[in-house]
This record gives sequence, C-alpha cells and structure tokens, in this order.
Amino acid sequence: MEITLKNLTKIFQEKDKGEITAVNNLNITIPSGKLVGLLGPSGCGKSTTLYLIAGLLNPNKGRIFFGDEDVTDMPPEERGIGLVFQNYALYPHMTVRQNIMFPLENIKVEKQEALKRSQEMADLVGIGELMDRKPKQLSGGQQQRVAIARALVKKPRVLLLDEPLSNLDARLRLATREEIKRIQRETGITTLFVTHDQEEAMSISDQIVLLNFGIKQQEGEPQDVYDQPDNLFSAKFLGTPPINIFEGEIKNKKLIFNDMELTTKDSPDKNVLIGIRPEGFIIDKKSAFSLSVYMVETIGRDTTLIIKNPLDEEETFRAIVDASHRIKPGDTIKFKIKPEKLFVFDPETGELL
Amino acid sequence: MLEKKSNIKAWFYLLPAMALLSVFTFYPLFNAFYLAILRDFSFLNRTASGFTLFGNFIEVIKDRNFAIAMKNTSIIVFVSVPISVLVALFISVGLNSIKKLQGIFQTIFFLPYVTNAIAIGMAFAFIFHSDYGLFNTFLGWFGIDPVNWIGMGASWSTAMFALLIFTVWGGLAFKIMVFLSGLQSIDKQYYDAARVDATPRSRVFRRITVPLLSPMIAYITITSFIGAFKAYRTIIGMFGPTLRPPGTLSKDSLITIVGLVYQSLRNADTIGEISRAASASIILFAITLIFTLIQMWVSKKRVHY
Repeated sequence: MEITLKNLTKIFQEKDKGEITAVNNLNITIPSGKLVGLLGPSGCGKSTTLYLIAGLLNPNKGRIFFGDEDVTDMPPEERGIGLVFQNYALYPHMTVRQNIMFPLENIKVEKQEALKRSQEMADLVGIGELMDRKPKQLSGGQQQRVAIARALVKKPRVLLLDEPLSNLDARLRLATREEIKRIQRETGITTLFVTHDQEEAMSISDQIVLLNFGIKQQEGEPQDVYDQPDNLFSAKFLGTPPINIFEGEIKNKKLIFNDMELTTKDSPDKNVLIGIRPEGFIIDKKSAFSLSVYMVETIGRDTTLIIKNPLDEEETFRAIVDASHRIKPGDTIKFKIKPEKLFVFDPETGELL
Repeated sequence: MLEKKSNIKAWFYLLPAMALLSVFTFYPLFNAFYLAILRDFSFLNRTASGFTLFGNFIEVIKDRNFAIAMKNTSIIVFVSVPISVLVALFISVGLNSIKKLQGIFQTIFFLPYVTNAIAIGMAFAFIFHSDYGLFNTFLGWFGIDPVNWIGMGASWSTAMFALLIFTVWGGLAFKIMVFLSGLQSIDKQYYDAARVDATPRSRVFRRITVPLLSPMIAYITITSFIGAFKAYRTIIGMFGPTLRPPGTLSKDSLITIVGLVYQSLRNADTIGEISRAASASIILFAITLIFTLIQMWVSKKRVHY
C-alpha cells in the first residue's frame, strides 16, 4: 500500500509559546512494500508525522492517501494501520496471547481462528513459546516483538513504528533491527518507522526521509542520501563519525582552505562551508594540503586522526586513514581529498553548491 | 537488614507516634476486650462481680434491637457500597473524558467530602420532606404522587430508601477523587493503542480501564465496606437521635450496630451496659475483619498491580 502525503501541515497551539509548526508542508511518497525510515533530530516532527498517518492526530492542512484512497478524514480504526508505540503500550494485565488477540476480538474474529492467527504471528516474530507470560516477565526486545505481533495480527495495510529501538540496549538494538527488517520482508507490509538514530535508519531502510523543523530535507535510498546530500543538514546528520565542516572560500575557481588549495571549483568567488567525510582523506605526499595531527585513535581496522582546525583551535576534525600508515601525534601529514567525499555548501542557505 | 544501631534509631523516631497510639488506640482497644468479659460491671463504682467469656455477647445478641441492627447494617453495606462504587466509577470516567469545566465539576463532586455529615443529613431530610421536599417535586414531574419518605409515621422501607440515596451520594466524593487520580495516571498510549485496534468503548472500559484501575477499585471497595459497617452519622443526621422516622415503632428503627453501641453507652449508668457496648463493638470488629479478609483474598486474584 503506497502512502502519499500531500502538503501535510500540523500546527500545535501552545499556551506560552504560541503556534508551533510541527510538520510543515510535507510531501512524501512511501512506496508500497518498502521499509522507510523517517529520520531527524528530536522535535523535528517525525513522530507527529507518524501519528498523522495513524490518524491519532489530525492535520491542519494537506491530505494523506493510502494508495488512491484519501484517508485524511478517516478515524484511526478505519485506516487499517498497525501501530507500535515507543514504549510498546502492551496491556500489562493481559498475557502475551491476550495482547495479540485483542485486536482480533475487537473485529469479532471467531475464537479458534483468532487463536490460530495469534500463534502464527507470535511464531513469525519469534515469541511463540512466551504466549502465557505477562509483559512484565519479558525483556524489552521480547515486548517489542509482542507489540509488533499485536500490530500485525489484524493484517493492516500499513505498519507504523515509533522509535522502535530506542528502549533497547545496544546489543538488543542490533539484533532487533535485523528482526524488524526480516519481519517486514516476510510480510511484505509497507512499513514506516521513526527514529533519531541515523545509523539505525540507514542500516535497515529501503528508503529514508530526512526531516528537520517539520520540513523535508531529503528523501531517497540511504546510500544516495549519504553520497549526495542536498544540503548541509543532510550532510551533517548522516554518518559516524560525522562529516567535517569548516570555513573556506572560492577564489579564482579554486577551493581554498587556510591558504591551501583543495581542488578546483567552477563557481563565482565567495565564502563557503566545506564538508569532507572522514573517509575522504587520503595520505598523499605530493599534495599541497597539509595538516598537523593532534591525536591518533587506533581501532585496528583503520586509524582515526584527530586534527585541530588551524583556523579555530577549539574545533577538531576527524580523518579515517588506512591502518598501514603508522602516524604519531604531532606529525604533519599531507592529504589529498577524494572528490566524491567533498561537498561545498552555501554558508547562508546551507544548500549544496 | 537494618543494622542494630539504626534499628534503635528507628524505634526512637517512632516513639512520639507510639506514645500517642498507645494512649488513644491500643489502650482503648484492649480495654474494650477487657470490658466485654466483665460480669455486671458498674461504670459508677468501677466494680464487677467477676468474669464471663460470652455472657455480654449473648446479651447483645438476644437484644431485640440486634437483629434489626444487623439487618439495617447489612442492607446499608451490601446495597449502598456496590452502587456508590459503580456510580463513582462511571462519574470519574465521564469526568476524565471531558476537558472543559473539568475542574469545576471536580470541585462540585468533591464538596460533599468537606461538608459535615450531620449538616448534609439535615439537608437530605429536607429534600425528602413529603410536602415541600425536592424529591417529591421531582417525582411529581413524572406524575407520581408525593411519598411520605421520612416524615411522621413513614415506613421503614421508604426511610431506608432515602437513607441509601443519602449514603451513596455522601460516599461519592472521596471515591471519585481516588478514581480520577487513578485514571489520570493511566498511560494515554493504552487508549491510543485500543483506538487504533478499533476497540469498542464498552470494551475499552471493561478490558482496559477497569483492570488498570483495579488496585484503586479494590482499595475503595474495601475501605467503603469498612466505613459502611460503621454507619451511624448518616442516620443520626437524617433521623435524629431516635434513629427512626417520628411516630414509628422501634421495630421500624434504622438502628445499626454502631447505633447499638451508642444506645448502650447512653445507658451507661445501668449495670452491665458498658460491657454490652464493648461487646457490640467487638462483634462489629469481628464481622468487619472477616469480611475484609475475604475481600483481600478475592482481590489478590482479581487485582492487577
């Protein structure tokens, strides 16, 4: 089921702060059968968007379509959605089985059929043996699966997950994100999940949508968004360690940083922001671009050099280089920059130049 | 485990409370048991002719008012408490779901709690007045003739009906307050989840609200039962010290077990009456205790904490 958001806008009236535009004129298409991550910093409107799609909130403007059907004015129960809440919202007084069966009982599915479908769904998410436990007797990851099973058991058209991994510890998070991916593949259900963790979003999504201040920043396959950020926000938000940003200028069609030429740039002269991904640095003795290494972090697989920005001692940037180079703090290293890892942004608008 | 040193400290901190409790709770409690087993105790001379284990209890039970008191108390307990718990539950769920004027309604429903029971009783006596009472006026709208609820020569059943309405109403305030605070502490996401899953309202109430509120419901039910067993103020507020409508016989009395205790205390000068008062209160204590234990045993199985 393809989900289309058209000019979606949600404004909250706050008593002391006046109006807050949580979602601002959002246009997104979520392709059918895909796993899409809605990504952004906290307060960017991503959860609001999810609740608008669920129908628990009503938009001030814009329409929501499931396929060709306009669901904007439909109450949540008629939309055919499965929703997994951030803290799962499992009914604490019911067993796992009762929790999963609850949506089926609401639509008056016959008891035997409901039991069978609940068991199938529980088996699918891997909690088939825990049916008689209460939620409190389960780990966070197991509770998460119960919540997914409860959302999926009524065969919704769309699955919505609100911060599905944020309540799990680091190790469980890795396992669970694979699990979500697997369940989504096996059911083929159109899935939208909300997260502030870019690694999480990139690792399992077929597509990501990047939001900031309720405005869509970029949309696309994770690798494409990473490789070709549309603006400074996209570039900064994706990637660990994050992209290095520093001030430079374009002069005579050359990109200059601290009087050193990085590359040529066919643009009019102006001050710019330069972004270089940490993996974009290559050690090259012939290069004119040299920097002094402040600290070295050895991981084994590769080495991270921490370099103080010569223009601003407070700032550091990170370069990931091959571990075969034995570099000590204090060394001055000459770098070549991979052209596809270098981005130039307008300092005022943040747009890519 | 606490270390011995801090244990002593804890006892030290408890000392003021313990001192007060000893004088005003523990001593009277044990004294009641002591009084109940004295034979022919005279309050004036502080003398007794000896001890009797069950003598006073038997006398209390043989009193013709005892059966009446038991009947009245049982009716008040088993009719008013379930009704008022249910009504309070519905009112609080309703209150919790409205947004506008919630504070005002909360205050209105809470007013009975901060009002004196005797004063309310007198107000209710007026409401049920046969000639110019509000209740008969209200019934008149539906073409029902005025009923002599609690006036001269009123029957036991109409008087009990009026008393039950008064008791239910008087008990609502506290229950509503407890239920409301309980409802407000239930995570809203349960309701969002239920909404997404197309749960009918009645099912949300039965399967989600009531179970999640069950600790409060159990608490309120148990304390209300205990309170109802001790009913007295409501009756004296409504009917005065005779505990029955004027011009009626004592078989139509609305006396309760606590009423029995006071009846004996009023005749404290008579030999043995104090012991009978103590016995009656111990009987009430025993009934209440047994009943509370049963309830706690039941709620252990039905309450979800």
